[in-house]
Amino acid sequence: MGPVDTKNPDYYHKVVDCQWACPAHTDVPGYIRLIAQGRFDDAYMLNRESNVFPGILGRVCDRPCEPACRRVRIEEKPVAICRLKRVAADLRNDISDRLPKAPKQKNGKKIALIGAGCASLTVANDLLPMGYEVVIFEKFDTTGGLMRTNIPVFRLPPKVLDEEIDMIVDMGADLRLGHEITSMKDLLEENFDAVFVGSGAPRGRNLDVPGRYDSDRIYIGIDWLESVAFEHTDSIGENVVIVGGGNTAMDCCRTSLRLGGKRVMVTARKPRHLLKASDWELEDAEEEQIELLLNHAPLRMIIEDGKLTGMEFAIVEWHEDENGRLQSTELDRVILPCDDVILAVGQENAFSFMERDIGIEFDQWDVPVVDPVTFQSTREGVFFGGDAAFGPKNIIWAVAHGHEVAISIHKYCHGEDMTERLPDKVTMESTKMGMHEWSYSNDYDEGSRRLVPHVSLKERFKKLNIEVELGFTAEQAIAEVERCLNCDIQTEFEAKRCIECDACIDICPVDCLTMTEDGPEEELRTRLNAPSTNMEQALYVSEALPQTGRAMVKDEDLCVHCGLCAERCPTAAWDMQKSLISIPLAVDQPVCQKKRRNA
Amino acid sequence: MSFISKPKVGHPALQRNELGLWQRDYEGTISTLCAGCGHDSISAALIQTFFELSIEPYRVAKTSGIGCSSKTPAYFLSQSHAFNSVHGRMPSVTMGANAANSSMIFVGISGDGDSLSIGMGQFCHAIRRNLNMAYIIENNGVYGLTKGQFSASADIGSTAKKGEVNNQKPIDAALTAINQGAGYVARGFSGDKEQLVPLLKGALRHKGMALVDIISPCVTFNDHEGSTKSYAHTREHYHQLEQTDFVPPAEEITVSSEGRELTPVRLHDGSHILLRNVEKDYDPRDQAGAFAYLKNCQLRGEIPTGLLFIDENSIDFHERNNTIETPLIDLDHEDICPGADVLAEMLGRYR
Ligand SMILES: Cc1ncc(C[n+]2csc(CCOP(=O)(O)OP(=O)(O)O)c2C)c(N)n1
Ligand code: SF4
Ligand SMILES: [Mg+2]
Repeated sequence: MGPVDTKNPDYYHKVVDCQWACPAHTDVPGYIRLIAQGRFDDAYMLNRESNVFPGILGRVCDRPCEPACRRVRIEEKPVAICRLKRVAADLRNDISDRLPKAPKQKNGKKIALIGAGCASLTVANDLLPMGYEVVIFEKFDTTGGLMRTNIPVFRLPPKVLDEEIDMIVDMGADLRLGHEITSMKDLLEENFDAVFVGSGAPRGRNLDVPGRYDSDRIYIGIDWLESVAFEHTDSIGENVVIVGGGNTAMDCCRTSLRLGGKRVMVTARKPRHLLKASDWELEDAEEEQIELLLNHAPLRMIIEDGKLTGMEFAIVEWHEDENGRLQSTELDRVILPCDDVILAVGQENAFSFMERDIGIEFDQWDVPVVDPVTFQSTREGVFFGGDAAFGPKNIIWAVAHGHEVAISIHKYCHGEDMTERLPDKVTMESTKMGMHEWSYSNDYDEGSRRLVPHVSLKERFKKLNIEVELGFTAEQAIAEVERCLNCDIQTEFEAKRCIECDACIDICPVDCLTMTEDGPEEELRTRLNAPSTNMEQALYVSEALPQTGRAMVKDEDLCVHCGLCAERCPTAAWDMQKSLISIPLAVDQPVCQKKRRNA
Repeated sequence: MSFISKPKVGHPALQRNELGLWQRDYEGTISTLCAGCGHDSISAALIQTFFELSIEPYRVAKTSGIGCSSKTPAYFLSQSHAFNSVHGRMPSVTMGANAANSSMIFVGISGDGDSLSIGMGQFCHAIRRNLNMAYIIENNGVYGLTKGQFSASADIGSTAKKGEVNNQKPIDAALTAINQGAGYVARGFSGDKEQLVPLLKGALRHKGMALVDIISPCVTFNDHEGSTKSYAHTREHYHQLEQTDFVPPAEEITVSSEGRELTPVRLHDGSHILLRNVEKDYDPRDQAGAFAYLKNCQLRGEIPTGLLFIDENSIDFHERNNTIETPLIDLDHEDICPGADVLAEMLGRYR
């Protein structure tokens, strides 16, 4: 397969599994190392660069980084990345003087952002320091969008939300709360240089079963959470049935417990391993004694004398048909007595304010047609991002979209080609400090994942706003960071120095190195010292070695970055080098100031 | 020397052996030798060998003399027995241990300095007695531990690191062993485990003296251009006599379709070494022929490797002397120490 080019920024980026998996590509090993050093401010700032909301995301991020963590492949549990992020936010000092500031001199461009959720706020965060004027239109009287209306306060305290949102708004955004956009057409007639739609996916899916409209105690999950957030709802019956197995269902059931629910049942059509909810959200719900009823397919509401008394389900069994598709057979039926039913069966976008004759095209599912690179709609100068663009995802995706949109808007406003974006960059720096000393903690730590302390089950239900997770202490954080396998410290190899003494091969604890003849990748994978079982992970293949012409081959899958190959190498053919991946933001994109767009 | 030890993690897809052990269970402490030393690769080859043969570590006795090479027993099989003796005395210590307990598996580790200078006498006599052991010489052409003086295996014309030229004739450990009548003589290279591991397996399974002379470059003092024991020189002059495979007792021998001549050599316990000849006329069972062939290679500056000689009918020390099979430690006190009367009677025979 020939020598692999490690200068390609994606090569080492992929080795840093967490960073690669993070939509905003946060430099995880970089910031958690800072946390272990007690440099919380630096850790926070590094985080903020890419993910904008470290305190919020350190509590409620969907954390795609954790399942990707290399540690999962070595033992069972990933590094508690998300909770470490929170440590940086919790323990930092005042960092206001390090935040980006908007210049006095504006660049004369005015941008409209619809919705004050995470996508819009990220766009504002990137554009304000560059001299843009930014107007944010929000239909509610509060900022934060779904982060505030849908995530219960016991998971995300309003103080944390306000603090991080204010950091952006205080740069000088023109925030218009309670200002609902009712006509896109009208907005487009105002003199904005670009418009961004970050209005989320605010409509909860309905479940049309018999009896659905015969009681006022059947709610749509996200609407119900919203009314709790705005304190319009402060109680619920003792027996509550939640329909759905996603994260919204988890938020609904835990909120119910705090508003008077005694027997709270979450019913899901599918078996456990197919539930949409994240493992940890399920665990947290189960810790609170939620009844999780699997393989329950909803049939109808039971209404007696105009009053909701229960809900009927079919108990099903799943099997695969010949096409590999899941099919269910009914085994039995059951009626769950209840006072309230909450439907948490998904969300969709809603663009009722958007006229269909203004050049913004929608596809057959009524989803706007959006370019996946530039995020521009079919109408020039109108961009979409977050849940509004490609349907419901999560906060960190919205942040990632926001950064890309800011680049597009910047280029667009200067009349430049939006598809010509700066590529990612990788810079390497040796971590060698002495004969066998490195500037990172290379020893493998056998410790298992530290548990985040929780408020006791007795205490936490007393009030709705008691935050359940307490967060790591600095000491717990240091211990947890030691579990990180330093995937950003790369084994950089220089073939011409190698004398083929086998020392690296012999010492590697996970047998990831092999010296062998080069060959086609698939065949080469069969000749490695340890079975190559993970095709997603790259093979490194060196240039021909000087003495025998073989190649040094490394299976990146299980390397624990202990640096022993480099320590045992007599010729320094191996070196442990920190790869710094830089992902360009709007501010990094050069634009030609003179070439103004003729509007 | 590394400050951390080898992490106790392993590739989850790796197999366990018949005893249910991982290869990692056969390791020793982390090496304190120079990074890149050939000796470390030999330790790794031994780890692989013992693991693949599913030998219980506690049944193994490792013995050594003095030298970097003689330090290596610390770097494999930490759960076995070991004795690090005085310079050149590994054979006699092994002899004693072996005489007392023939049920153990003996592996002696020595260097070219340790065996071919100060220990030369012991080396020859251990062969002569046909001790049942694997005798491993980690051969780097220098006294590594004492900073790189020429050893007795250094070739004429090879230079030391600072440039002095050696002009004394080398002692070839393998030729000496064949000449002395060792029943199993092989040569390998630390940089070629594919060949070395089967040779080591055969050495452990051979009953009697099994000498394995392993070229093991000293990166620090003997890996330069004028050296004939460097990685580069060895690779250039490497002359593999045959491809070697080890076949355990229960397994059937399948003759490959490659058409090359295939010689199965039976070992004492019913296992086989399968030789696929590279050198057509070489027969490792012909002592005089092998000796002559190897001598010629030596004169041409070639480094012949593989199984050089085997005597399938070797009779080891215990067999020849009709000793008791039970390890002495398992005998009753009365049997080992039959008392003053028996002693007096024995002494009487010499009056
Ligand atoms: C009785 C005695 N004489 C001399 C020495 C000094 N000495 C230590 S190691 C050594 C030579 C070791 O050479 P070799 O066996 O080839 O081992 P290497 O270090 O090359 O692996 C010598 C002469 C000693 N330790 N003891
Ligand atoms: S001095 Fe030579 S023989 Fe000794 S450890 Fe270093 S490289 Fe190996
Ligand atoms: Mg030596």
